[in-house]
Amino acid sequence: ALLAHIPGKAIWIPDHTHTHRASRESLKMEPLADVAMLPGEERVIDKDIIYICPFNAAVKGKVFITNYRLYFKNTDSTPVTLDVPLGVISRIEKMGGASSRGENSYGLEITCKDMRNLRFALKQEGHSRRDIFEILFKYAFPLSHGMQLFAFLSQEKYEENGWNVYEAMEEYRRQGLPSSEWRVTFINKNYELCDTYPTILVVPYKATEEDLRRVATFRSRCRIPVLSWFHKENHAVIMRCSQPLVGMSGKRNKDDERYLDLIREANGTTKLTIYDARPNVNAVANKATGGGYEGDDAYQNAELVFLDIHNIHVMRESLKKLKDIVYPNVEESHWLSSLESTHWLEHIKLVLSGAIQVADKVSSGSSVVVHCSDGWDRTAQLTSLAMLMLDSFYRTLRGFQVLLEKEWISFGHKFASRIGHGDKNHADQDRSPIFLQFIDCILQNNVRVKTASLWSFVNSDTSLYINPFYTSESSRVLYPVASMRHLELWVTYYIRWNPRIQHQQQSPVEQRYKELLALRDQYLKKLEELQLSDSTHLTNSSTPNAATPNQHITHLQTPF
Amino acid sequence: MLSLGSVGAKSTKPSFVSYVTPEEIKLEKEPPKIEKHPDLLPGEVEFCCANPILKYTQDDMSQRGIFGTLFCTNFRVTFISDEKSQEETTKTFKNKLYGENDIPLMCVDHIYGVYDEKKKLITGGLVKNKYPSKMIIHCKDLRVFQFCLTFTKEEDAKKIFQGIAHHCLEERSLKCVFAFSYSGTPSPEMQRKWETILFDSPEDWTQEMKRTRANCRLVTENENFELSQRLPKYFVIPSALGDLFSYQGKGFPIWCWSHHSGCALFKASLPPVTQEDGDFQKHLDIMLNAVAHNYLYSAKTEDLSESLPTIQDIQQSYNKFKQFFLIENSTDFWLSDVKWFSSLESSGWLDIIRQCLQKAVEVVECLEKDNTNVLITEEEGTDLCCVISSLVQIMLDPYYRTLMGFQSLVQKEWVAGCHAFLDRCNHLHQKDKECHSPVFLLFLECVWQLVQQHSPAFQFSETYLTVLSDSVDVPVFSTFLFNSAHHRESVMKAESPLAQSSPLSCPTVWDWSVQFDSKAQNFFFNPLYSEKVKHEKAVRKAHKPKHQRQLSLPSTAFKPPSKKGFFKDETDSLKKILRVKRLSRWMGSPDSPAATTRGFYESWKQRPLDYHGLLLPCLDGPAVRVWMQRYLRWIPEVHIMGGGSVAVMTKLMELLSQVQDLKRVLEQRDSSQAVKLDHRPYIQHRLLSFGSSGRLSSSFPFAYSRNRSFKPIIPTGLMQSLMVTDSLASQEDEASSFVSLV
Repeated sequence: ALLAHIPGKAIWIPDHTHTHRASRESLKMEPLADVAMLPGEERVIDKDIIYICPFNAAVKGKVFITNYRLYFKNTDSTPVTLDVPLGVISRIEKMGGASSRGENSYGLEITCKDMRNLRFALKQEGHSRRDIFEILFKYAFPLSHGMQLFAFLSQEKYEENGWNVYEAMEEYRRQGLPSSEWRVTFINKNYELCDTYPTILVVPYKATEEDLRRVATFRSRCRIPVLSWFHKENHAVIMRCSQPLVGMSGKRNKDDERYLDLIREANGTTKLTIYDARPNVNAVANKATGGGYEGDDAYQNAELVFLDIHNIHVMRESLKKLKDIVYPNVEESHWLSSLESTHWLEHIKLVLSGAIQVADKVSSGSSVVVHCSDGWDRTAQLTSLAMLMLDSFYRTLRGFQVLLEKEWISFGHKFASRIGHGDKNHADQDRSPIFLQFIDCILQNNVRVKTASLWSFVNSDTSLYINPFYTSESSRVLYPVASMRHLELWVTYYIRWNPRIQHQQQSPVEQRYKELLALRDQYLKKLEELQLSDSTHLTNSSTPNAATPNQHITHLQTPF
Repeated sequence: MLSLGSVGAKSTKPSFVSYVTPEEIKLEKEPPKIEKHPDLLPGEVEFCCANPILKYTQDDMSQRGIFGTLFCTNFRVTFISDEKSQEETTKTFKNKLYGENDIPLMCVDHIYGVYDEKKKLITGGLVKNKYPSKMIIHCKDLRVFQFCLTFTKEEDAKKIFQGIAHHCLEERSLKCVFAFSYSGTPSPEMQRKWETILFDSPEDWTQEMKRTRANCRLVTENENFELSQRLPKYFVIPSALGDLFSYQGKGFPIWCWSHHSGCALFKASLPPVTQEDGDFQKHLDIMLNAVAHNYLYSAKTEDLSESLPTIQDIQQSYNKFKQFFLIENSTDFWLSDVKWFSSLESSGWLDIIRQCLQKAVEVVECLEKDNTNVLITEEEGTDLCCVISSLVQIMLDPYYRTLMGFQSLVQKEWVAGCHAFLDRCNHLHQKDKECHSPVFLLFLECVWQLVQQHSPAFQFSETYLTVLSDSVDVPVFSTFLFNSAHHRESVMKAESPLAQSSPLSCPTVWDWSVQFDSKAQNFFFNPLYSEKVKHEKAVRKAHKPKHQRQLSLPSTAFKPPSKKGFFKDETDSLKKILRVKRLSRWMGSPDSPAATTRGFYESWKQRPLDYHGLLLPCLDGPAVRVWMQRYLRWIPEVHIMGGGSVAVMTKLMELLSQVQDLKRVLEQRDSSQAVKLDHRPYIQHRLLSFGSSGRLSSSFPFAYSRNRSFKPIIPTGLMQSLMVTDSLASQEDEASSFVSLV
C-alpha cells in the first residue's frame, strides 16, 4: 500500500461497479469469520502455526494470508489475534533449520515497521515453512516481484475522490496569492524544470522564467527556492529549496544571489534568513560532493542559521534504538536513561525548535528560506511544522491533509524509498508516523485521520489538535515549548503492542467531553420542548430566565 | 517603570545598561515617599524592612527587576513593589494568606548569598560577618526569589539579611511558629469542615468500622496517653488482642481498613529485631496471631523497613530531585535540559515512588485476591506504614477517592495516626538531619500518579494535591504541626491563652476557606470525575461501594481462600507461625518484586475498568511520571501559552458549567411547586469567566506570566550534548569538531 513516487497528481484508480468474487482458492478455505475483507482482497494461503507471543507463551493457531494482510487467530480459549497489513512488513527471515533442536525453534521472524517483531514456529517435518515463506515474501514485497501494490488492486469505492483534497491553486488562493509581489508560474508544467517539484509554483513576481532556469542550475536537483507559505498580514514568506551547488571551489551564481534578493525585497525584509536544517559540519562536508551553503560574502543581505538536525541515517539508527527499548518489553528500572540514550526525543526537540525559529521569524515579518541537502526530508519537516504553528487552517483535519499533500507529496518527499522496502526508515518522529497514517488515508481515502492521537505526542499544544477541543482562532500563532521537560514518548504509538501499558480506547477527557455534549443537547431539547408547550399555553407571558441561557448556549454550540 | 538594565553585582560589567542610575531613582522617589506596608494577618508582627531592594524578575535572562521594599514578619518574608501591581487583584486563584511575593517563613528551604559573584549557601554561622550583594531564596514550594541588596543603605541591608536568615534558618522553638500567634477569626464556612472526619473521637472510629464492616475492637484506654505517647488517642486493634497494658512499649497491630471479604490491613511499629531476642519473637507471634484471628486465620506480614528505602534515602533522593526544578536562570535551564532524563533517573525519586506503589499493589493483592489479613510493620510505624496503608485504601476503596474521603484518610492515617510531621518537615530547623524526610510528599506523589493514570476515578484534581503539598509549609494550620496526638494535645494546652480552660484552636488545613475563596476552591474538583449515578447520597453508606468492587472483580476471577478451616486447629500454633513466616518471606522476596504482582495486575487489566472499583497503577517505565504541575509551575521556560492540559480542562469545565446551568434551569421549571435545587456548593463551576480569554498558560492556576508578548521560547545550547559519535553523521558528510549553534 504505497504511493509511487510521482510528483503532483498520482493516479486515481477509478471504481468499477463491482461485486466481490471469491476466488476458487478461498472457497476451499475456512471462512475468516471475524474479519471483513476489503473489496479486492483475496485469500492466498492458510496454515496451522504457532505464534510466539512475547507477552504470553506460545499460542497455537491458524494464520491466513491474503494479498493485503496477514491474519492470525488462535485455536485455544483466550482469543489472541493478529491483523497485520502486509505493507507494514519490512523484513521476513527464517529462523532455525529443519534439524534445529528445542521447542518452536523452526519458523519465521517478521520485522514490522510499526515497532514490533512477530515470531512464528512451524512443524519441523515436511518443509512446512517453504510455501508460507515464499508466499509471504512475494505478497509483502510485490514491487520486487513485478506485482502491483494492493492500492492498485483495491476495488474499494469511495464517495469522494481523495486526490481532490488538495488543489494547488485553491490553496494558494486561500493564502492570498498571487499578489503584486508573487506570481504563479507554469514553468514546471511537464516537470521540465524540476522532476521532483509540483507543476504549479509560486515565485517572486520580478523573476522571469529565464531567471528560474538559471537558478535551477545552481540548486541541487534543480529544486529552486519557491514559495511555500505567505503571511497575509506582514507578507513575509516561507520559501523552500535544496542546497546551493557551491562545491569545493566555492562557486558563486549571480542569478541565485539576485533571486534570493528578490525574495527579500518582496516584503521589504532587511535581512533574509536562510535556515539550513543541517548541522554546520554536515553542510561544510557537503561541499565535497558539490553541495554546500550560502556563504556570507556571496549573499550579503542574508543571514545563515544552521538548525543542527541530523540526517535520515542518524534518525533511523535512533529509531532502531528506541525500538530496542520498547519492544517487546519496556525497560523499567533504567527507562529514563535508556530513553535518553536513544536521542530520539532530542532529535524531536531540534526539529521542533527549528520550526519554532522559522515560525517566529515569519510572524515577526521577515521572510525565510529553508533548505537542507535535497530539501525533501528535513525541509519538509520544518516548513510543515512551522506552517502548523502559523496557520490554524492546517490544524483542521482537512487542512492537515492539504498540508501533507502540499509539503510532502507535491514537493517530492520520497515516500516510496523512505518507507519502502525495509531499507530506509525515515526521519522524524512527527513525520514518520504521519506517513503511516497517510498511507492509511490513501488506502481508505476519506477515513478519519486521528489527529488527536497523532499529535498527542507534541503534548505541549495538545488542546488545539484534539478534534473536539479545536478552537478556530484564525490569527493565532501557536508555539510549542521545545524542552525535554515537555517531550515525552508517544506511548500509544511506540508501545502500543505491549498489553501491560495503558491502552485507553478513548482518552477520558474526550469521553467526558462527549458525554457532556450529549447531556447538553439532551437538556436543550427538553428545554425547547418545554418552551414549545409554554408558548402554546400562554403566548404572551414569556419566561425570560429560562430563555436567556438557552440562547446563550445555542450560540456557543460547537459543530460536532 | 523602574526596571533597570543589569545591575547589582554585575554593575561593573561593561554590559551595564541603565536608563536611570540608582541615585536618580532615590532623588525622584524621595519627596512623595509613601511608606508601604504589607497587609498584616491578625497576629502578624513586622520585624524589619529595607528599601529599595531589587527583585529580579524570572521571566527572562536579563538581570532586570522591580524595585520595592522587603519585609520580614513573624509569618513571612514579603516583597512589596514600588510599582502598582494590578496582577494580584485580578487573579482567579488567589491564596488569601500569602501572595506571589510572600514566602511563609516555614516555606523557606535554603538561602544563598552571592558574594563577589560566588554563590554560597547561608547557614547560621555565615550570617554575622557580611551581607551578600544578592540573596537567593529557594522555597519548599519550588519558587526561587532573587533579591539584590546593593541599592539600600548598608545598615538596612544587613538588618534585613540577618533578620531573614535568623528567622528562616536558626533553630527555634515550636512556640515561635506563627500558628500560635495567628488569631484569624474562625471562618463562616464551618460546615464544610464537618464533612472531613478528623478521627479524634471514638465515634469517628466506630463509624469507620461500621462503614467497612470491621469486627475489631476500639481502644479508649489511651485517652490520656497512658499506654503510649506515640499512639493515637483512640485506635482500633484486632479483637483477639488481650490486655493491652501487658504489651506496653512494644507496639500493637493497629487496624487500618477492612476489606469487604472480612480480612483487614493492620500496621504496627516494630523495633529492629535484635538477635535471638526470645521475648521479642514471642511478642511478634502474639501480634500475628491476633491479626490472623481477624479473618479465616491467615496473615501475612511485611517489614517495610527491609523492603523499602529508608526515610534517609527518601530525603536524599528528594534533595537531588528538587534541584532540577530550582532554576535561577534560562541558561541553567537549557543546560540541564539535555541531560534531563538521566538526571531524573539518577535522583531515584521516581523509582522510590514506583517502589511504594508496587508495595501497595502487593498488599492489595493479598487483601483482594487471597483475602488474607496483612500486617505491615516498620520501626516507628508512622512513616512508610502510613504511605502504604493509605495507598492501599485509595486503590481499594472508592470513598477515599472523593475529596472528603481523601481528607478523612489523611486524618486517619497521618494526623490522628501520629506521623511525625514536625520532625519530618523540619519546621523548626533542627540540626539533627536524620529525622527530616518528605514522607508525606512522597505519599502525595504516589497519589498523583494514580490521579494522572485514572483521573475519572478521582473527585479531586491535581491542583488540589499541589495546594495540599504547599499547605504543609504554611504555618497557620495545626494539622501538620505536631509529631503525635500527644504532642498536639500537650502543646495546644500549654499555648492556650486561657490556660487549662480550653485548648487553643488553630484552623485545620481542611478549612480551605482560610486560604481560598469558594471560586478558587472549584479548582480542587476534577471535571473528569465520573460521579456514581444515583448513588451520590450513599457514598458514605457502608456497603454500596463494596458491591461495586465485587462487580469489578467477579468472584470467579479469584479463587476463594482454600485455607478455610485448614488452620482452624488453634492448638497447633507452631504450624501456624511457620506458615505465617513462610508467607512473609515470599511477600518480601527481593529478586523481582514486579514479577510477583504482574499476574495480578494483568488479570485486573483484562477486565473492563470500573472507576468505582479496584484501581491499580501501571508501573512501567513510561507510566511513572514527573508531577509537572507541582514542579514546573514556576519555570517560565516551560510555560506553554494557551496550551497544555489546562486548555483542555478549561474547555471541559466551560461545557460542564453550561450543562449545569441548563440543569438548573430545567429544575427550576420542573419544580415551581417544590424547589429541589442542588445545594452542593462546589458543583457550581461558575469560575469560567476566564475561559473565554483562552490564553491561559500551562502553569495556570499558579504562576502568571507577565510575558504577554507571545514570543516563543527558543532553546539555546542545543547541541552541547548531542554528539553523534556514529559514523552515520559523516555518511553524508564529514563530522569533525564541536558544533556551535546560531
